[in-house]
Amino acid sequence: MSKDNKDVLTGHQVVANAMRQVDPDVVAAYPITPQSEIVEYFSQYVADGKVDSEVITVESEHSAMSACVGSAAAGARTMTATASQGLALMMEIVYIAASMRTPIVMTVANRALSGPINIHCDHSDSMAARDSGVIQLYGEDAQEAYEFTLMAQRLAESEDVLLPVMVTLDGFTLTHTAQVAELLPDEAVSEFVGEYDARYPLLDVENPTTQGPFDMPDYYFEHKLQQVEAMENVPARFLQVQEEFNDLSGSNYDGLFETYKLDDADYAVVVLGSTAGTAKVVVDELREKGKKVGLLKPWLFRPFPGEGIKDALVDKEAVGILDRSLSFGSSGPLYLEISSALAEEDRKPRLYNYTYGLGGRDIKEDQIADVFEDLANPDLEDKMRYIGARQ
Amino acid sequence: MASLETLAKREEKKRKFESGHSLCAGCGLPIAVRTILNSIDGPVVASNATGCLEVATTRFPTSAWNINWIHNAFENAAATISGVESAYRSMKSKGKIDEDIDFIAFAGDGGTYDIGLQSLSGALERGHDFTYVTLDNGAYMNTGIQRSSATPKGASTTTAPAGEEKYGKQEKRKNLTEIVAAHEIPYVGQASISHLQDLADKSEKAINKDGPAFLNVLSTCQLGWRIPPKDAVKVARKGVDTCFWPLYEVDEGEYNITYEPKEKLPVEEWLEPQKRFAALFKTGNEEVIDEIQEDVDKDWEKLQAKVS
Ligand SMILES: Cc1ncc(C[n+]2csc(CCOP(=O)(O)OP(=O)(O)O)c2C)c(N)n1
Ligand code: SF4
Ligand SMILES: [Mg+2]
Repeated sequence: MSKDNKDVLTGHQVVANAMRQVDPDVVAAYPITPQSEIVEYFSQYVADGKVDSEVITVESEHSAMSACVGSAAAGARTMTATASQGLALMMEIVYIAASMRTPIVMTVANRALSGPINIHCDHSDSMAARDSGVIQLYGEDAQEAYEFTLMAQRLAESEDVLLPVMVTLDGFTLTHTAQVAELLPDEAVSEFVGEYDARYPLLDVENPTTQGPFDMPDYYFEHKLQQVEAMENVPARFLQVQEEFNDLSGSNYDGLFETYKLDDADYAVVVLGSTAGTAKVVVDELREKGKKVGLLKPWLFRPFPGEGIKDALVDKEAVGILDRSLSFGSSGPLYLEISSALAEEDRKPRLYNYTYGLGGRDIKEDQIADVFEDLANPDLEDKMRYIGARQ
Repeated sequence: MASLETLAKREEKKRKFESGHSLCAGCGLPIAVRTILNSIDGPVVASNATGCLEVATTRFPTSAWNINWIHNAFENAAATISGVESAYRSMKSKGKIDEDIDFIAFAGDGGTYDIGLQSLSGALERGHDFTYVTLDNGAYMNTGIQRSSATPKGASTTTAPAGEEKYGKQEKRKNLTEIVAAHEIPYVGQASISHLQDLADKSEKAINKDGPAFLNVLSTCQLGWRIPPKDAVKVARKGVDTCFWPLYEVDEGEYNITYEPKEKLPVEEWLEPQKRFAALFKTGNEEVIDEIQEDVDKDWEKLQAKVS
């Protein structure tokens, strides 16, 4: 089967359509820029009878995630969407959602965390959730955000996973811009996502369960290890879901990260999300000039596919890692992952950490070209560089 | 009113809430929970906020609950049950389930009056079909008797203790029952573990309403109130007979006082047996007791005026 609904759509519209096609039993969400329109579109679909979900218009994101946990534990297919302060407010319950193994699919329209308050894109919100136990997928464009939302449903509900999945797309850059996107037919998505059959639903009143009990030191550790095991099962499951999705859609997903002209490259950048699109243009331009440059873009950030990324980068001369969030007093989250993946290698590339795009600061092609130029300098000093920031 | 015989009979059925938990002797919580759950005929799913009830009944791998039960966090029992209830409505309309199920949330005063007030208010306004029960023991007992906005004026707690300068909590407690009543939901009831028939009746009414219902139940804490465990019910009864804790309901907007004390006792009779109020009985603090009496009288008059 192939995609037959090529259209010009915003990130909001594609995600809302993915949600409509998944047909969740319950959506609980609270408005926040740049996420709001996703749930607005979705609510309109409900009002127009195009989807049968219950939308819980909660009074906060904390309650959104709380209601999602209740709903998913009840056995309902459950989705939500948020950004920035909303994700920060629901964070307490994001951890609980993961520990209770509720397969909630949530969109995060990436936006900078306050303060100062700022509505524009960076990854500080989703990065703050990186240790919460949720799976994280980063989309480069509306198409990926759409497809990840569909695949997320299958991944979350896999028997040996049962974890929330966060699908991120860059706020404004992807949410508010119209892009060419191809939606699958509704029936194809229905067939792909199938029915959700919860293992211990709270609504199974014949078989009562106590969910979310109190652990003392004699059990807590083991319960955490069950989450570790579930995370370890994610890569294989994700690859399997990709394969099925490719069959359905004609897409070419084939891994936990995407590489672009990386195989024979001497110099590479690693970047998440929409900036990969800009970086690919730069790679093309430099390649035309005979420079051996390439790009690596993780699709999956949690669990982090360190092993595969190590193999893909180990033979490079130098790698620039572009982080769109800070970990004050340390290096960027992406840099830390990659340097730790390569730590045991005797011969490894020089690694450099760049912070870019905080609070929606633009990043331009020439700035990425400058990174590649930096990388070619064997004497480049190892320190954090801040792209486009006044110092 | 449900007869004592009826209440006793209900105890013989398969219990929804079992013994074997680790709540203190003389704790009001299991008395309230058993009475409430016994009043529900069909299947029920409960959410429970963090607090003594949750901690002492579900230490993994044990559980005192014979019903489907979920604990999420401290401040979100209402939001959590609203998710469960929405899942139920959605899946029922899609034909994925067919049983009739009731929904109930249990939370302490801290989990309701303070940190959970927003979650409760939101769920009430959205009109979910559930009953929310506050088990008001007047402080954060689970974490060591810290003051909440339900703590009565004059009580000594670990964060508003009596000392050389102060007698304990200086402020009057929040009137949550009236705050909930202002949401104009189908049913609001104020009850006490000292009056189980009244509590059972209110529970039945609450659970059988379409839409949100709320019960505020006075529940004793022998540790926090500093009373002998054996006196729990007796002390709670004083709360009712002094009109510190009137038993009433707001049924479809109509106020009814469900129990009129034969003789309204002076407030000292409620305060004196509880050592948390001991400082009020030291010389120099007489006027605080007068103030408390005035507050109780005023509130009682206001309540009576609301009964048409
Ligand atoms: C967000 C959050 N803040 C604080 C706590 C600590 N905490 C757990 S239970 C509790 C007090 C519970 O008091 P209450 O709701 O009155 O119930 P009780 O134990 O008195 O029955 C507190 C402060 C917590 N678990 N979560
Ligand atoms: S501390 Fe108080 S509320 Fe908690 S179990 Fe003991 S008596 Fe009950
Ligand atoms: Mg309490």
